[in-house]
Amino acid sequence: MTDPTTDRPGAVAALRSDPASRKRFLRMGGAGLAGALALTLSACGSEEEKSPAEGTDVAAAAAGVSAEVSKADPALRRFGEGDLAIANYALTLEFVETAFYEKALDSGVLTGSAQELFKRFGEQERTHVEALTKLIRSSGGTPVEPPKTKFTFDDSAATLDLAATFEDLGANAYLGQAAKIQSPEILATALSIHSVEARHAAALLGITGKPAAPRAFAEPADAGTVLAAVQPYLVAQES
Amino acid sequence: MTTRIPTDAPALHAVEVGGMTRSSFILRGALAAGALFGASAATPLVSRALAQAGDIEVLNFALTLEYLEADFYTAARELPLREELAALAAEFGEHERQHVDALTATITGLEGEPAKRPPFEFALQSEADFLRLAVMLEDTGVAAYNGAAPRLESKAVLAAAGGIVQVEARHAGEIRRLAGKDPAPAAFDRALSTQEVQAAIEPLIRTS
Repeated sequence: MTDPTTDRPGAVAALRSDPASRKRFLRMGGAGLAGALALTLSACGSEEEKSPAEGTDVAAAAAGVSAEVSKADPALRRFGEGDLAIANYALTLEFVETAFYEKALDSGVLTGSAQELFKRFGEQERTHVEALTKLIRSSGGTPVEPPKTKFTFDDSAATLDLAATFEDLGANAYLGQAAKIQSPEILATALSIHSVEARHAAALLGITGKPAAPRAFAEPADAGTVLAAVQPYLVAQES
Repeated sequence: MTTRIPTDAPALHAVEVGGMTRSSFILRGALAAGALFGASAATPLVSRALAQAGDIEVLNFALTLEYLEADFYTAARELPLREELAALAAEFGEHERQHVDALTATITGLEGEPAKRPPFEFALQSEADFLRLAVMLEDTGVAAYNGAAPRLESKAVLAAAGGIVQVEARHAGEIRRLAGKDPAPAAFDRALSTQEVQAAIEPLIRTS
């Protein structure tokens, strides 16, 4: 059995294999429980009694670590604040994907089942753009403009690889923001798109003979990493 | 192997009952603390304790689904699958086993009690059976995580669940492609309620 720690562990894998992070996690996730139990035990006069003060310390430590997990991504500042910044960041990525599929199909390098996948996935990305645009407007925000993009389409294989790269990035970008989203509506939308990006990535990897799910736990990507990876495909805007 | 459609699935109910029992236990503890320290001290404790118990229930529900998927891929080893699918079943089965281990450790880390593995039964005789069930299980897994994740109180648990659901979605996408289906049947994945997921998987739980 492969140890996920050797395989760029995800959050759960890290928890599982590292006793220190399990303790941190316990403080993080188990704060309410630990606090309640500390009080209960002291009320019952148990031998394993903890003072209420100690329970409060654990809760305070937990609040700190939870804040860390859900802290806003600094690279998102140019998109504004909070959920709207996340939604506009997601919209930017969806614009790039939509433009990529459209231009790839226009380039004529794709045929057969690859071409079919591109048509289908391109339509779905366009639907994501529409949904995010509506969501941002209804939440009182202003949707970003589509960025100008540039891609090179040498052949079918390179184009499929690039598609898989964009979809992997997209999925991991959503994953990187999930814990930072406050609005249940925006979270539900982000989750329902996240897994579709993952389906796209898997099919594109699979069709080129690569592992569709290269590890047991997906790795989130922060906005700085994602935006830097997308940068080469954007035409510099005059500011 | 036979197909059986039981009308009831005690194993799953036990998961729920276990969680409920635990919630009420924790709630009682928090209320007892309130009696001692005053109601104002207890209010945040009650809501936090309940939220925490809720996360454990969600994690145990996810664990039950991962048991199901892991056992399914193990059962698929007995089938005459073409090489590509046999390799995929082995790989995906390994992922599901890692999810089982990770969820078990997480539940234990939160001082919860991991749900027991229900006895599953799969009507698997052919490659077509394998593909049909694999698509159903992976699609259901994705929808179950997407439905449950917004209920999670802990952002750390949410992030961890997200890392798993992405892998379930990758499995679903690739298996659907290999089954000749659209890898992503809709632009937005469904979110199923706990009850809908239970209804979908109950036929796979052995009752006797």
